[in-house]
Amino acid sequence: MAEYAILIYGNESMFEQTPEAWAAMMDAHGAFAKAVAEAGVTITGGNALQSAGTATSVRGGSVVTDGPFVETKETLGGFYLVECRDLDQAIAIAKLCPAPAGGVEVRPVQETNVG
Amino acid sequence: MSLVTPELEAALADAHRREWAFVLAATVRVAGDLDLAQECAQEAYVAALQTWGQRGIPASPGAWLTTTARRKALDLLRRDATLHRKLPLLIEPEQGPPDDEHDVPDDRLRLVFTCCHPALSPEAQVALTLRLVCGVDTAEIARAFLVPEPTMAARITRAKKKIAVARIPYRVPAVEELPERLDPVLTAVHLLFTTGHTSPTGEELMRHDLADRAVALARTLVGLLPAEPEARGLLGLLLLTDARRATRVGDDGRLLRLDEQDRSRWDQAALTEGMRQTAEALTTGGAGRFTLQAAIAGVHAAAPRSSDTDWPRIVHLYDALLGVWDSPVVALNRAVAVSFSTGPVPALELVEQLARDGRLSSYAYLPATRAYLLRELGRSDEAADQYAAAAALTGNAREREFLLQEARNTVAGVR
Repeated sequence: MAEYAILIYGNESMFEQTPEAWAAMMDAHGAFAKAVAEAGVTITGGNALQSAGTATSVRGGSVVTDGPFVETKETLGGFYLVECRDLDQAIAIAKLCPAPAGGVEVRPVQETNVG
Repeated sequence: MSLVTPELEAALADAHRREWAFVLAATVRVAGDLDLAQECAQEAYVAALQTWGQRGIPASPGAWLTTTARRKALDLLRRDATLHRKLPLLIEPEQGPPDDEHDVPDDRLRLVFTCCHPALSPEAQVALTLRLVCGVDTAEIARAFLVPEPTMAARITRAKKKIAVARIPYRVPAVEELPERLDPVLTAVHLLFTTGHTSPTGEELMRHDLADRAVALARTLVGLLPAEPEARGLLGLLLLTDARRATRVGDDGRLLRLDEQDRSRWDQAALTEGMRQTAEALTTGGAGRFTLQAAIAGVHAAAPRSSDTDWPRIVHLYDALLGVWDSPVVALNRAVAVSFSTGPVPALELVEQLARDGRLSSYAYLPATRAYLLRELGRSDEAADQYAAAAALTGNAREREFLLQEARNTVAGVR
């Protein structure tokens, strides 16, 4: 088994939603979690992030600046960590992941044996 | 020392061409690592040079090479546990009892599907397929694709690393995944062929070799996946296109249009087989993009003379092709068919629509087609401008020469 991060990308609009739209998105993620469990895959972590506008970057260990580290149109909105058999399974899970404002990136997680 | 006779050399070269994929694919299963398997397979060929020289060529060279390569891999793994890397290739357990011979056809398929995994870039897919499935060395692949050897080596290494780190499995996709997974495989083989067939530049010999390898790969895929019409469609397409190889370039070195080619010199055996494969792919139903392209090539091949071409049928096939593959290049080819079927006026309208769309702004055949149609309509100056625009876009020296000549002919009023 291997751990993969599913990084959810979208535009800033995903952070400015009506309560109804937010609730609908939470429902979609609830359904995703259920589908993942049914596929026999374990979600080992993950969360939604606040908007990129709330981000603070620290460069070179000292310089503190306002905003995300990389300025792009697409921004990271949340992530999951999942335990999968192989990349094919991780991709199958990624296809189920709600990301209406963009898409997702699948990245293998490095084993570091820390902690 | 053993004597390296010409017979031995020929037998080894033959075994390399025919059996490399078998040997490597079967060794990967034991080695659990692409690099290690490649090393062991290469060593098996070196060992063959010695052993076969002393004891004669075995009855089944492929089986001998596979057994030798797999034994080397096992020895190495036993001797050095660290060779079993932290990230072994993900190999799905075999169905049924293990065997030592190379009669498990799935192994080559596993290798092909791993090399052409959609998580790898198309360039990496083609390079890996050539390197691992065809056993072409990196320097030759670099030459064929006109990149420096270190660039190609880095591309292949990066792809292999991704296979291990991201855990791309060494397996044949399940039946329900096949249509989605087969497409990049067929696309890679097709790209391999077109690189050989119409390579922008590069050495002639190497290009022919690429085209041959692509045809052989397509044939192997049909053998391994006989129920997949698109694999058969691809084989049909490659055979029908390759049959025209000898007539594509004139004595003066310029590219000849389909209507200028000497059809009596088309390879009849390849045409016949191509037609047969295409017809079979078509009868399976739900024709995909390779089968439909093959069908179009088949209609061309069926015409004894260019003027006999059934253009309405070709337009009809292009309509179907656009239905499964919304590509501006297909739309451009359809416009050409329309010009022969209905006339240059509606065709030019279609081409100008495509020019406005902008997706083909760097595609030499768009202005070339436009030039041809304008010339048909007697609009010589505009035609010459378009020929010049096309010449500026092509990377092929012969083609550029041809287009510039057409531009001059147009102005001079020469047909």
